[in-house]
Amino acid sequence: MFNSDRWSEIFQTIRKNPLRTALSGFTVALGIFIFIILFGLGNGLKNTFKEFFLDDATNAIFLFAGKTTKPYRGFKANRRIEFENDDLEAIKRDFSFYLESITPRITRGAIVKYKTESNSYTTRAVAPAHQQIEKNIMMQGRYINARDIDLSTKVAVIGRLVAEDLFKNEDPMGQIIDINSIAFKVVGVFQDEGGDNEERYIYIPYTTRQRIEGGTDKLDQINITFRPELGHTGGLAFEKSLKRYFKDKKDISPSDPAGIYIRNVNDQLKQNQQFAGVLQMIVTFVGLGTLIAGIIGISNIMVFVVKERTKELGIRKALGASPYSIIAMILQESIFITMLSGYLGLILGVVTLNNLGNSLEDYFIKNPYVDMSTALIATFILILFGGIAGYLPALRAARIKPIIALRDE
Amino acid sequence: MIKIKELHKSYKTGKSSLHVLKGIDFEVEPGELVAIMGSSGSGKSTLLNILGMLDVADTGIYELDGVPIENLDEKKAAQYRNQFLGFVFQSFNLINYKTALENVALPLYYQGVKRKERREIALDYLSRVGLADWATHLPSELSGGQKQRVAIARAMASNPKVLLADEPTGALDTTTSYEVMDLIQKINDEGRTILVVTHEPDIAQMCKRIVHLKDGTIEKDSRVEQVKALPHV
Repeated sequence: MFNSDRWSEIFQTIRKNPLRTALSGFTVALGIFIFIILFGLGNGLKNTFKEFFLDDATNAIFLFAGKTTKPYRGFKANRRIEFENDDLEAIKRDFSFYLESITPRITRGAIVKYKTESNSYTTRAVAPAHQQIEKNIMMQGRYINARDIDLSTKVAVIGRLVAEDLFKNEDPMGQIIDINSIAFKVVGVFQDEGGDNEERYIYIPYTTRQRIEGGTDKLDQINITFRPELGHTGGLAFEKSLKRYFKDKKDISPSDPAGIYIRNVNDQLKQNQQFAGVLQMIVTFVGLGTLIAGIIGISNIMVFVVKERTKELGIRKALGASPYSIIAMILQESIFITMLSGYLGLILGVVTLNNLGNSLEDYFIKNPYVDMSTALIATFILILFGGIAGYLPALRAARIKPIIALRDE
Repeated sequence: MIKIKELHKSYKTGKSSLHVLKGIDFEVEPGELVAIMGSSGSGKSTLLNILGMLDVADTGIYELDGVPIENLDEKKAAQYRNQFLGFVFQSFNLINYKTALENVALPLYYQGVKRKERREIALDYLSRVGLADWATHLPSELSGGQKQRVAIARAMASNPKVLLADEPTGALDTTTSYEVMDLIQKINDEGRTILVVTHEPDIAQMCKRIVHLKDGTIEKDSRVEQVKALPHV
């Protein structure tokens, strides 16, 4: 292997036969390149799916109210259902077995001003538990707390991008912002992994919002997390009994598909994870197929190479080359070319993926990547099997009878 | 130098078997220059291939420089070829992407000679065939006669006991043929044993002994008055 004479012999063969070298190298580089790209795109697709759930707790259940579609208990159809503060208490009381945390949410658009800066944002009026459900991470200060709820304080927790837009380089903590002409004090800044949109929200206490809107006790939406140890089945059971409970409480026909909507993150996650699993299988299958095609390609090229070199190998044997030295030369040459072009394809693939970045986000491919270990393993496999694929032709080359190889056509 | 006894060789083609060599006995002393003649199909190339260990006889004894050549595996054959024999072919068989010098140095590579030494020896043999100035040229840049001289230099480079030439002038015009024969005669004059397979009588006359093969047996084996090639060049 470290015979410098053999290496110089191999380098000369490679240098003097550029077409042959390029041909075998191209097959390998292409194989690896396509594998990396496919695998990366597959990962990008999975990233997109993952992101749908990144910003929410996986044990969250969201309750929405809508309009009924059927008359029931003397009520007409098309009646708007609304949640009230009383419903929060009812859930705390009647579902304490399932409940981990609960928060209402009232969503309103607002023009928000600070000094000369002004912008329109979405405010969410919530309770402290909202932080866990939305997985908000505090960068500065604190979240809405129980005292804020009790006293209906005018405090706001703003997203990272809100702080960036309104305050530029200023410290937002303790500053007064103007939300629809009402002054709020910034008590915290948060970030969220769910993406830019999640960091453009402003959170205020829900009691404050209700007071602003004339002392109402209406709620838009109720968000709940169930105790994680209940698992997927427990979550489904909770969802079912919640639905039954509220249909009865709000006088909605049990057969009415509308009126109350429940989104169970855990159930959706489970379905999507199954989907992502199938996706992963397809990507792996395609990747393996590419690798196998690459290996067959190398093998074909090697057969061609040996055929083309029959005469040369015959001459070498007549001059005293042992079968071993012929095998070693061909194998070493093929492995060297495979390795070099394999890593070339690898680098090219990784660079292409990096350049792709998020340009394919419209096609649900976000941040395509391939982790280095997968890439290296794939390259290693290709080289290994390239070597094995090269071995058979090399063996045949070693068996070439010089008398046949040197026969004049 | 060469001793063969009762050499038989047949080739199987499908069901029928072609008996090519039907019991050849002959000996070659050191320093001889032997022409092997015969029409095509007489078995002369087969005999040369067996002598060159490129092919194996079915039965019979073959001794080369006192070493019995038998039970050859590929590795041993390669080693013996490298050690005992130099080949010159009709179609030169130079490696087309190697320079004249590298071609001549190739048998030395398989002998394990160091690179620097290889170059020196190869250059020495190239200058002996008068091609030192062409050392860095590729075979495609050489004329037929020059190619054959490079091939002869290559055959000589490993300092073999016997030089085997299979129709060395077959692809050359008359003048060039005589140049090559002149070179072969000079090498022979230095004491090298040489076997030349040819079907051209004038080439055979330039050797010291002519063996006529016919239908796989030796028809005639006679010493001849050697015609020197030089005056004809």
